Amino acid sequence: MRVVVNRVKAQYGAHPVQLIILLGSFALVGYIVSVMGAKQLWNSRVWWQSILVWFLGAVVLHDLVIFPFYAIANRSLVAGWQAVTGRLPDRKPRLSPVNYLRVPALASGLLFAMFFPGIIRQGAAAYRRATGLTQAPFLDRWLLITATLFAVSALVYAIRSAWMGRQERRGRGPSSETVAAGEPL
Amino acid sequence: MTSVLGFLLLISLPLVILTGLLDYIAYGPKLHQAIPGHVGFLHLPYFDWPTRPVWLFQLTEGLHVVLGLVLVPVVLAKLWSVMPKLFTWPPARSVANLLERLSLLMIVGGIVFEMVTGLLNIQYDYIFGFNFYTAHYFGAWVFITGFVVHVSLKLPTMVRSLRSRSLRVELRTSRADTKPEPLDPDGLVALEPSEPTISRRGALALVGGGSLLVAVLTAGQTIGGVARNAALLVPRGRSYGSGPNDFQINRTAVAARIDPSATSAAWRLSLDGGTTPMTLSRPTLLAMEQHTAELPIACVEGWSTTQRWTGVRLRDLARLAGMPVPASAHVRSMDTSGVFGQARLQSNQVLDPDALLALKVNGVDLSLDHGFPARIIVPAIPGVHCTKWVESIQFEA
Repeated sequence: MRVVVNRVKAQYGAHPVQLIILLGSFALVGYIVSVMGAKQLWNSRVWWQSILVWFLGAVVLHDLVIFPFYAIANRSLVAGWQAVTGRLPDRKPRLSPVNYLRVPALASGLLFAMFFPGIIRQGAAAYRRATGLTQAPFLDRWLLITATLFAVSALVYAIRSAWMGRQERRGRGPSSETVAAGEPL
Repeated sequence: MTSVLGFLLLISLPLVILTGLLDYIAYGPKLHQAIPGHVGFLHLPYFDWPTRPVWLFQLTEGLHVVLGLVLVPVVLAKLWSVMPKLFTWPPARSVANLLERLSLLMIVGGIVFEMVTGLLNIQYDYIFGFNFYTAHYFGAWVFITGFVVHVSLKLPTMVRSLRSRSLRVELRTSRADTKPEPLDPDGLVALEPSEPTISRRGALALVGGGSLLVAVLTAGQTIGGVARNAALLVPRGRSYGSGPNDFQINRTAVAARIDPSATSAAWRLSLDGGTTPMTLSRPTLLAMEQHTAELPIACVEGWSTTQRWTGVRLRDLARLAGMPVPASAHVRSMDTSGVFGQARLQSNQVLDPDALLALKVNGVDLSLDHGFPARIIVPAIPGVHCTKWVESIQFEA
């Protein structure tokens, strides 16, 4: 038995049980599509309002849209910070602001990604039919939450930065060398 | 990171799945009113949805939606942590590897599809165009399939990886002391990692903070009371005022095209199906024995609101119509333009002592938007089955 398993492993690349699990799962997905009715996957009038298109879109949404967006934003931030501090080495702040910018930006971005329909007033007619109200307050609320997040972050940054300065003057804090790359979160 | 996030999702996602599948049963598949109608073997064992505890549907649906929302940051972080996998070259080392990567389409596509459709639906943004219930239900089964496969193939890796580091030590390690992970056989670790800008505990705190933020900004929709004021970005954090009828509306009378003249003194409720079919006016109903109950309306979108309802017990109406123990009751509304202009109630939902044809709420007449002249309110059923602007009740043997 072990010999057979090893031979399958060598040829196929994994334990035979893996193959059984995977083939079973593909069959089950076939059954799910069949019960739903394969016709339902495709909308012949408006192609982009098809379940199939949205499902495949969901596969690549994070990897090809969301990830490149935040990765580029993050790279630009870190590179920009390094460029600035590289040019003015003597005026290098004690505490890197990178995380104090990233955290509120990420939080605000997350809220927008999740609740943009209200913020940009998408689906206004259905919203009105259901609730009897308009989506008017959501944009202002999101902007205010964003402003608060950045304000709190700035406040924490200022306090920590001042505290580190005091420790340094007393000569027992961490040197600016070790903390410049980022803050010790 | 991957294994810690994976562990969190392994515990929490089954709860989201289970509550979702339970809510399908709450819609009453045995009465052919669960959507989608035909699901083959793809469902939990059917049972009669109970009416107690009265907050049962509020709990299952609220948990499904709020937990689903709270897990969005965790899922995004998990996808971020396995990002290097996308660009491995060659794309498959063996047939086994190719098949496994193919199976990832189910779990990644499934979870993102469920989150996107769910998020749009709770915000009344129907831009996707297809039927939400159908897509969300079958999409969930594709996800469940992928989830089970992924867990069964990756569980040993997760356990090994969780054991390789002590959580207690990581929680004491600052950014300055953070060292890159040693290279792993799965290729998740960067070959030339840059200088760390955040510690592992910092990254976990970031994800946890994101979840906490979402929880604070959404849970008030379900909990109600003062917490509702914190639900700033979702539809059901809004206030309608402080009057007795100032609570969440799910379908306005205008949207339902209710003719106000049809709700005037000429309105009659017809009771059919029993030995003595009859029609009753509103004053007649008000003259019958009135019962008051504090009950939540809980919606499939995850929000709920608890109010004090007064009206006639449905079981009294059943007895009056000459069918004291019906197998079901078919309620029709004057609203004939929507899918939920009618609903069937199970026997236990008609006979529950708190199941009402409500005429008043919080001591005053129902407003037109809340279903005047009369609406159904039954403990623990989906809000859309609490039919408004009731026109007739047919008791069925």
